[in-house]
Amino acid sequence: LRRKKIDEDFYEELEEILIGADVGVNVVMELIDELRTEVRKRKIEDAVDLQPVLSEKLVELLSGKEDNSLNIQESGLTVILFVGVNGVGKTTTIGKMAHRFNSEGKKVLLAAGDTFRAGAIEQLEVWGDRVGVDVVKQQAGSDPAAVIYDALQAAKKREADILLCDTAGRLQNKTNLMEELNKIYRVIKREVPNAPHEVLLVLDATTGQNALSQAKLFGEKTGVTGLVLTKLDGTAKGGIVVAIRNEMDIPMKFVGLGEQMDDLQEFDSEQFVHALFAGLIKDEEKREVEESVE
Amino acid sequence: MAAFEGLSNRLQNVFGKLKGKGKVSENDVKEAMREVRLALLEADVNFKVVKDFINKVKEKAIGQEVMKSFTPGMVIIDIVNKELTSLMGETHSKLNKSNKPPTVIMMAGLQGAGKTTTTGKLAKYLQKQNHKPLLIAADIYRPAAIKQLQILGEQIDTPVFSLGDKANPVEIAKQGLQQAKENHNDYVIIDTAGRLHIDEDLMNELKDIKETVKPDEVLLVVDSMTGQDAVNVAESFNQQLELTGVVLTKLDGDTRGGAALSVKAVTGKPIKFAAMGEKIDALEPFYPDRMASRILGM
Ligand SMILES: Nc1nc2c(ncn2[C@@H]2O[C@H](COP(=O)(O)OP(=O)(O)OP(=O)(O)O)[C@@H](O)[C@H]2O)c(=O)[nH]1
Ligand SMILES: Nc1nc2c(ncn2[C@@H]2O[C@H](COP(=O)(O)OP(=O)(O)OP(=O)(O)O)[C@@H](O)[C@H]2O)c(=O)[nH]1
Ligand SMILES: [K+]
Ligand SMILES: [Mg+2]
Ligand SMILES: [Mg+2]
Repeated sequence: LRRKKIDEDFYEELEEILIGADVGVNVVMELIDELRTEVRKRKIEDAVDLQPVLSEKLVELLSGKEDNSLNIQESGLTVILFVGVNGVGKTTTIGKMAHRFNSEGKKVLLAAGDTFRAGAIEQLEVWGDRVGVDVVKQQAGSDPAAVIYDALQAAKKREADILLCDTAGRLQNKTNLMEELNKIYRVIKREVPNAPHEVLLVLDATTGQNALSQAKLFGEKTGVTGLVLTKLDGTAKGGIVVAIRNEMDIPMKFVGLGEQMDDLQEFDSEQFVHALFAGLIKDEEKREVEESVE
Repeated sequence: MAAFEGLSNRLQNVFGKLKGKGKVSENDVKEAMREVRLALLEADVNFKVVKDFINKVKEKAIGQEVMKSFTPGMVIIDIVNKELTSLMGETHSKLNKSNKPPTVIMMAGLQGAGKTTTTGKLAKYLQKQNHKPLLIAADIYRPAAIKQLQILGEQIDTPVFSLGDKANPVEIAKQGLQQAKENHNDYVIIDTAGRLHIDEDLMNELKDIKETVKPDEVLLVVDSMTGQDAVNVAESFNQQLELTGVVLTKLDGDTRGGAALSVKAVTGKPIKFAAMGEKIDALEPFYPDRMASRILGM
């Protein structure tokens, strides 16, 4: 770290980095309190020795005890439901994931469960064409639960391995729309035993504190089993998932790193935390270079 | 949510303790400022913007008014509210209008912010004022982006100019503008693809479009749920494109929308519209004072 001594300035800088990454002020203050205790207990004097302690804490928090991989059935149909607020990247992530499963030789089917947004069905169809998988759809404006029902029957009949269900974006405070989503969830539950096998909440990395409310409310209505963090190819760090993980047991599963088919990666907590401190580490490297020049 | 407790509650807690004491000290004011800072950070106002803001308010608050007041919490809220409102822009800022029609409006912003939807809403808004807008579909990248705009255009009987997704967006914008002139459309709204502010090629494309059509408005569309990164995005778009205004979307949610303040603070450009829903008429002129209260959770 830039400042070697652990003093108030140092803590302030750390606080700013974490808050600047959207970790959220409450969690940041908690973390820093824990660090202060750690510093006293372990008699750490040099900030350079503190960074690994913090990183370790964050990595631990983010990777958790749960399994980060997707719950894919060995045989028979796996149903994955995608939920989230407007414009976060649900449909795009479905396209990317379809590509992934398709390349693994699995038989993939897509369900055009967003019947509301203009062009949503067509958007999913373009992805279906790109990847080379079929899309089950009805007309715009039709009942999304009915589309999903159709898709479930089609998936069973065609013996598909994976059914990826798109849904319309909705804000978590809209009770009616959340009920509509709950209905879709119940249809899936009823039609396929143990389904949905995954309910993935898609979060946009540029989102601030509101993502916490998204995780809570979507979790309540649709039993979210995993998080996908998109748009990490921008300058936002997505630190809000730290706050989410601090309060909830929902594992981080995937990250989106662009708009193309291949821009989906499994979540790597170490890489994520490293990026969180990228600014700090860069400063550190600079300082080392400067010192070696001196 | 406990974290989202309104500022007035918090300040009441701070000053509630000193009811017996009777006198407000500089320390009490500092404590109150800490609460203001928390409220702003929890609302996603950028931390650098918060720092400047707190310093400004502190100066005013440590002045006589607060110290002498029987309701110090109220006085501080008043100061904070006034400062926030003035930072956000005192009055509603109208759309620019060209004295040689058509007036050209160009939309820009990150992926998924709400550009295409807002393009449709803006057309509807203008239609209601008896204008004849033409929409230009210059997003050739996002799957079915053109179709999306065409559907919106149909809903409100507004023509959409497109050359498909194989043409160059600069060329699309140019030809679209030409058509608007021929057809006597008095407004043109150009929908562009979402892009990252750090994507050099795509940012250059926007510069080229701007250079070509010489817009009267370059509106940055910002998702009101955006966190700390809002300043980077807004600053960068503004530097590269010289924005004329901002549209804040998805305000129908439960976000406190601190990004609004961040964006205004770093660009100095007015927020002209607030988008409050997915429906085509969910667009309203923006009022800074309402936003100030919202950010403070009041
Ligand atoms: N840079 C970047 N853009 C992304 C990423 N994921 C999605 N996008 C873009 O974000 C925009 C919105 O993506 P969609 O997949 O349509 O989002 P959605 O959640 O389905 O949106 P709605 O259905 O309207 O709620 C599109 O322009 C995508 O190309 C990502 O990881 N990085
Ligand atoms: N609730 C709500 N949703 C909105 C609002 N504005 C836009 N949306 C939704 O946000 C999502 C993204 O909107 P788009 O208009 O496609 O966003 P965009 O910026 O054009 O996206 P790209 O072209 O992919 O960059 C859609 O689901 C819209 O319906 C709003 O004010 N409130
Ligand atoms: K967004
Ligand atoms: Mg979608
Ligand atoms: Mg668009």
